[in-house]
Amino acid sequence: MSWSRFFHRKGSDAELQQEIDTYMTEEVAENLARGMSPEEAQRQAKIKFGNPRSIRETLWQQNTVSLLENLGRDLKFAIRTLTRTPGFSLIAIAVMALCIGATTSLFTVVRSVLLRPLPFRDPARLVLIYEHFRDARSNQEGFNYNAVAPADFFDWRKQTHGFEDMAVSRRGQFNLTGERGELPESVGAGAGSWNLFPLLGVPAAFGRTFTESEDRLDGTAVMLTWSLFERRFAGDASIVGKQIHLDGKPYTVVGVLPQWFTWPDAKTQVWVPYESGLPPDLLQHHDYHFSLVVARLRPDVSLASALSQVEAVQYQLHMQNLHAPVAEDVAPRTINDDLARDVKKPLLILMCAVACMLLIGCLNVANLLVARGAARQKEVAIRGALGAQRLTLIRAQLTESLLICLAGGAGGVLLSLAATQWLSIAWKNLPSAAGIHVDGVVMGFACAVAFSAALLAGLLPAISSTGNAAFASLQASSRTAGGNLSRATMRKTLLTVEIAVTVVLLIGAGLLLRSFVRLRTTDVGCVTNNVLSLDYSLPEQKYATPEKVNIFNEALLERLRALPGIRAVALGSILPGEGNGGDDMFTIKEHPPLKPGELLPDALVRAADPGYFSALQIPLLKGRFFKGDDRLDHAKKVIVSSVFARQYFPGESPIGKSIHVPALKDADYEIVGVVGDTLWQVGQPIMPTMYFPMLAGDVDRGGSLAIRTDSDPLAISVAAQKQIAALDPELPVSHVQTMQQAIGDSLGNARFSATLVLTFAVLSLLLASVGLYGVLSYLMTQRTTELGVRMALGAQRDQVLRLILFDGLRPAIIGLALGSAASTGITQLIRSMLYDTRPLDPIVYIAVVFTLLMVATLACMLPAWRASRLDPMQALRAE
Amino acid sequence: MARKDNTDGEMLKGTLDMMILRTLVTGDAHGHTIAKVIERTSEDVLEVEQGSLYPALHRLEDRAWVSSYWGASENNRKAKFYRLTAAGRKQLVRETNRWRQMIRAIGLVIGEEEAVADGGTR
Repeated sequence: MSWSRFFHRKGSDAELQQEIDTYMTEEVAENLARGMSPEEAQRQAKIKFGNPRSIRETLWQQNTVSLLENLGRDLKFAIRTLTRTPGFSLIAIAVMALCIGATTSLFTVVRSVLLRPLPFRDPARLVLIYEHFRDARSNQEGFNYNAVAPADFFDWRKQTHGFEDMAVSRRGQFNLTGERGELPESVGAGAGSWNLFPLLGVPAAFGRTFTESEDRLDGTAVMLTWSLFERRFAGDASIVGKQIHLDGKPYTVVGVLPQWFTWPDAKTQVWVPYESGLPPDLLQHHDYHFSLVVARLRPDVSLASALSQVEAVQYQLHMQNLHAPVAEDVAPRTINDDLARDVKKPLLILMCAVACMLLIGCLNVANLLVARGAARQKEVAIRGALGAQRLTLIRAQLTESLLICLAGGAGGVLLSLAATQWLSIAWKNLPSAAGIHVDGVVMGFACAVAFSAALLAGLLPAISSTGNAAFASLQASSRTAGGNLSRATMRKTLLTVEIAVTVVLLIGAGLLLRSFVRLRTTDVGCVTNNVLSLDYSLPEQKYATPEKVNIFNEALLERLRALPGIRAVALGSILPGEGNGGDDMFTIKEHPPLKPGELLPDALVRAADPGYFSALQIPLLKGRFFKGDDRLDHAKKVIVSSVFARQYFPGESPIGKSIHVPALKDADYEIVGVVGDTLWQVGQPIMPTMYFPMLAGDVDRGGSLAIRTDSDPLAISVAAQKQIAALDPELPVSHVQTMQQAIGDSLGNARFSATLVLTFAVLSLLLASVGLYGVLSYLMTQRTTELGVRMALGAQRDQVLRLILFDGLRPAIIGLALGSAASTGITQLIRSMLYDTRPLDPIVYIAVVFTLLMVATLACMLPAWRASRLDPMQALRAE
Repeated sequence: MARKDNTDGEMLKGTLDMMILRTLVTGDAHGHTIAKVIERTSEDVLEVEQGSLYPALHRLEDRAWVSSYWGASENNRKAKFYRLTAAGRKQLVRETNRWRQMIRAIGLVIGEEEAVADGGTR
């Protein structure tokens, strides 16, 4: 055997023929010389030589790589069969491309987000440590991972030895102003302890990372991320050592982070040292939770034992601070899981949905192949009778499904490239730190999917069509009255499975969709239509006193209210539905002191200007709104929400009572009003809320404006920003969007899981109905003669119609029953993703059953109708 | 014509290769000549099966023990000639030695001293 000969077999065979010819003529010539007659000479030569064909065959065989030879033959045959029915092939390939494409892109996202470790040094030993509260209320929304208080972190780091090192980080926001009149912008910031970057194993691309001496309260070192460095500083490395202005304060650029470092997200544009800019006493607090702790495990210590040390320290801290929210426990989480915390479940569910669709696609192609197998029954039987082994026949048919799946796989990979691109851009909540892209593993996955799909789709039909029963078709007379029963059963079984899986998908999609609609239509508790929202933050450097802040805010409100088309303007620290904004503990002066071990009451803290509630149409339930003279030192007033009043003042009026908030200037505040509840985030339970006067300047310096307009709120966004720029050209404005957009963005996960699962479910329904139609058409053709006989014997057309219709609907109904039964169990898995929707929501079930029956009836109607139109004479003469 | 009906294919295959190589020592030859020379030299005891000659020639060529070229036969016909290569010559020496050892060994087992002596000296 030789490769070169294998590919030149034709040529070498011709040469051999020539050699044999030469031999024959030589031999004949010799025989003639011996005195034989020419005929005898020929005859003797031929006798002596033997059969030249067998020599040629021997040599041909000798030059053959038999595996390749067979594969080549199968391939050629499969290509011919597929091109003979281009319609079938194209449909099958398109179905597989769609299914494999969807599966591959989902896997790409899952791999990038959940599986591929971040490009840090030895990422397997990195772990994030959170605080964990044990009480039931903290855990009602799932296991709680609470941000860490700085003082807790310092104690952990000092008192435990299981970790090589621990670093801490927090998030911030800065106004970045230009040195030479560039536009100001609001940039997201990370603040990391000096050892954070060495611990992660991230070197600076230019310059250096922070030093220990820079990590102090008045530290002014800053590191730029690559994207800001490229965008704002034109990628000029000479920026290192120069100054930039954050919140009006000069910071020295000490380094630039490498391009690949986008942790924790792309919004983080600059990094400052952890302690830089924090109020002095904050670092001593055990109950101010705002930090993320990253730890690197020592190689010789197990995670469990390292954590138990931290746990012991934490429990001690808890016992020392019984009234304060200091957690009892700690909880570890990997960096990947931490980034993907909100998308993990949706992604896994989408992955399951897409796997279901792939299964349906395979079953459909299997179904189509079974139908073709039926048409080629005789061919298979003849080949079998001529000595083809069963394995050979199965291999030949598998080659066909393999070709379909490989072509589909190639199409699918192309499709998935586009789909992944779209998904990573459109789904804003996906963490991007690792970058979402196709890599070798994904390609391997796509190949594996294509091959397993080929096996799944090809093996079943191939085995069934090559069994002993196949040879019966040779014995059968040309008039087949009953059709092939076993094959029909096979197809119906495939179909039942297909429909059952479709039903599960449809019900899952229905539940997610209903939950999403519920989310969308949730009443936030205030007006959201025609409201523009935007944020700004007044830097301390320029607006050092509350008076200065008030002058700016009141001037801005006055200017905005004077603009045409504006109905009302609200100014607060944060708007409803746009986030938590922080909470604080308080005590109620009129109530008896707490029992030991009882936690202090807690509520969200917000600031509101006098016009806030009326502009947002939050109803006043008791008391009064803030007034213009509730300002500065006259403003120890507070307005509470309805839930606050119910929860902390059951059976009494809160008006006139006082609360003491240690975190806010350690002062007493008199409750002057009770307002309606608002949601801090759609889909989350309502929390008690307290509003302090914006003009008191007690809460913070940030401002969130809500501008209610007559018509499209985005139309006035430029005019509004111009008013801000007129007052302070260095003040950047961020998050300019309508309130509905802002709320919609927070529902991104729900929207994507609902719409994608629905898309997969509808596609599956389509596939299943095509399958139903195909099976029924096939059965009808098989039964043409039978139907002819029935009609000839007097069956009415509507009887025939009913017969065929019920024949087709039976697998649909069985599948429906199976699918619904399975759904009752399977949908429990998505319970935690459902908002205000039960997993056994009857409306969804009824809608799915109804839709499926409708579609199934439609798919069966056409073949049934055609059957009822049969001309009995022609039906009997056919075949 | 005495025919040697040898059913031991493997033995024949090995020896056929060796005899073809041996034939080519005296000069290049085409298939017919090779077969004829073997038959004549063996005093017509051995008859070369065409069914094994050509596969054998191709096999030898694959192993680069012979090379081939197209030339004109004695009767001026186009014929494929085979030529012994250097590697083929070495192989021939190896094969011949192995063959002689084999003959001697078999002779010893069977106990025909003279045959061994004969085989050894010829």
